[in-house]
Amino acid sequence: MLQRNKNPLAYLAYALTILSTFPFVASAKEAEPLLLLKEIAAGVFAHEGLIELTTQANEGAIANIGFIVGEDSVAVIDTGGSVREGRRLAAAIASVTNKPIRYVINTHVHPDHLFGNAAFDSRDVTFLGHANLPRALAARGAFYLSSFRRMLGDELMGEVRIVTPTLTVQDETTIDLGNRELVLKAWPPAHTDCDLTVLDKRTGTLFSGDLVFLSHVPIVDGSALGFLRLADALAAIPAKQVVPGHGPVVADWPQALEAERTYLTRLVKDIRGMIKTGESLGAAAQKAGQSERPKWQLFDEYNPRNATAGFAELEWE
Amino acid sequence: MRASSFLGRAGGALALAIGLGAGALAQSPAPPDPWPSLVSDLFHGRAMQNGEGLITLDAPYRAEDAALVPMTLGFELPPGDTRQVKKITLVIDQNPAPMAASFEIGANSGVTSIATRLRVNDYTNVHEVAELSDGQLYVVQKYVKAAGGCSAPAGKNPDEADAHIGKMRFREIAAKPDAASAPALREAQLMIRHPNNSGLQMDQVSHLYIPARYIDGLKVFQGDDLIFAMEGGISISEDPNFRFTYKPNGAKIMRVEARDSGGKEFKSEWPIGGEM
Repeated sequence: MLQRNKNPLAYLAYALTILSTFPFVASAKEAEPLLLLKEIAAGVFAHEGLIELTTQANEGAIANIGFIVGEDSVAVIDTGGSVREGRRLAAAIASVTNKPIRYVINTHVHPDHLFGNAAFDSRDVTFLGHANLPRALAARGAFYLSSFRRMLGDELMGEVRIVTPTLTVQDETTIDLGNRELVLKAWPPAHTDCDLTVLDKRTGTLFSGDLVFLSHVPIVDGSALGFLRLADALAAIPAKQVVPGHGPVVADWPQALEAERTYLTRLVKDIRGMIKTGESLGAAAQKAGQSERPKWQLFDEYNPRNATAGFAELEWE
Repeated sequence: MRASSFLGRAGGALALAIGLGAGALAQSPAPPDPWPSLVSDLFHGRAMQNGEGLITLDAPYRAEDAALVPMTLGFELPPGDTRQVKKITLVIDQNPAPMAASFEIGANSGVTSIATRLRVNDYTNVHEVAELSDGQLYVVQKYVKAAGGCSAPAGKNPDEADAHIGKMRFREIAAKPDAASAPALREAQLMIRHPNNSGLQMDQVSHLYIPARYIDGLKVFQGDDLIFAMEGGISISEDPNFRFTYKPNGAKIMRVEARDSGGKEFKSEWPIGGEM
């Protein structure tokens, strides 16, 4: 899966990854097994997370994460759902470049995207996030550390730490990795209240974080209306391809937005109708958006939650 | 008076519970059942009878969203039972502030159900305790599994709640044409914009500190008659929301007085009883 055609190291990395699926090999070498990565554009790598809930078995590796290599340094975009996954990403980075990691960008507050932060925490690394991310981490961090223990187990959770961004983005910021500019854009509440996207200008590759879902049903943990409204603004981003927060790596841009937009439109429409007829929130959780069910994975796990959050929000229209 | 002291205690324990409680609980596989000590703390150890058949608690087995778990408290006494329901208390055993809300039911208000939305932090028993006019306590309970994944009991859009803090909405819910319930009852919904937040401890890195701020008192009247009064805490969801039945007394105005833990008061009123 590590598709890096010109570099023989890639094949080595691939071989190591295969070997490392046998735990005794990994422990004998005392090296972290590499994360499977695709080079989706020159110097742009992404790992495709499983479309699953977080479990001990998958080590929290359910989100798409990646990194971009400039002439001087490397930026990591999301660190995965456990420190172990973060270390596997770090090992994969070291297998393709010896340039230093200078930036870790967190696309939002959810643990499947940033529980790997501690694997990169050193004084040479700047952690970047949305201006609202520190507040969201303060409000949710302790709770996540506790609640994810049930899913990940004591061993994986033992090394997870909340790492707060050292630099935050209010609106838009550009960082330079050496002849390679990344545009970081902070968005109003949509998937969460701290969504940040990363655009690699050179290749037109967008890391959308969870502002784009494919295959995996979208999750509303900020504002359903905000999420829906954002689709138009996102579509204007001059990208060619997108690494969605969940789903296939990579997809065409902006076509990748369409399925999500259709889902959110249906959800909002159903909820509005139910509010109008005086239905309860509990009823909405069971019924709203159900016609979208065949199109999405993990639908039953997240759609009732989206309907719940959307109902409470749309009642104020 | 008694209710305020419960809340004082629950609120006081909050900072400690948020800092230490959640993590400590998660590490011990079978934490001791907190209910006996909650009965002692919140109800002075008074004897409780099984409330099955008298009161109902409707709560989902699995919370979909930790920040918004719908629960309905039902307390319509059977025909022939001449007692009245004086007070309904909702306790979420494993929450940092277990005492979620206490509702004083207005005499002759005819309130038979109150639905609201709660934060649920953990796998927990939820208890509804009714105090009747003869002084007896009745209890029913439900088990609620905490929401999984990235769901959290924190607010989703705190800036929005802050920007409109204290704004209220009232809605009369039209009876369904085929409704079997007594036509003498009306159903209504009250919504209050408020972050209802638990406060944040000082974060060592960001130095963020946000004090707790939540609706701790609420009174709902039709004309001058009390429908219900609530004392609540941070287990009530952001933008507190109450849907209830009541018996109209002919008054033309619904009146609401709310107060938050910061001492701010919010008042509103609406015409009621028109054609629906």
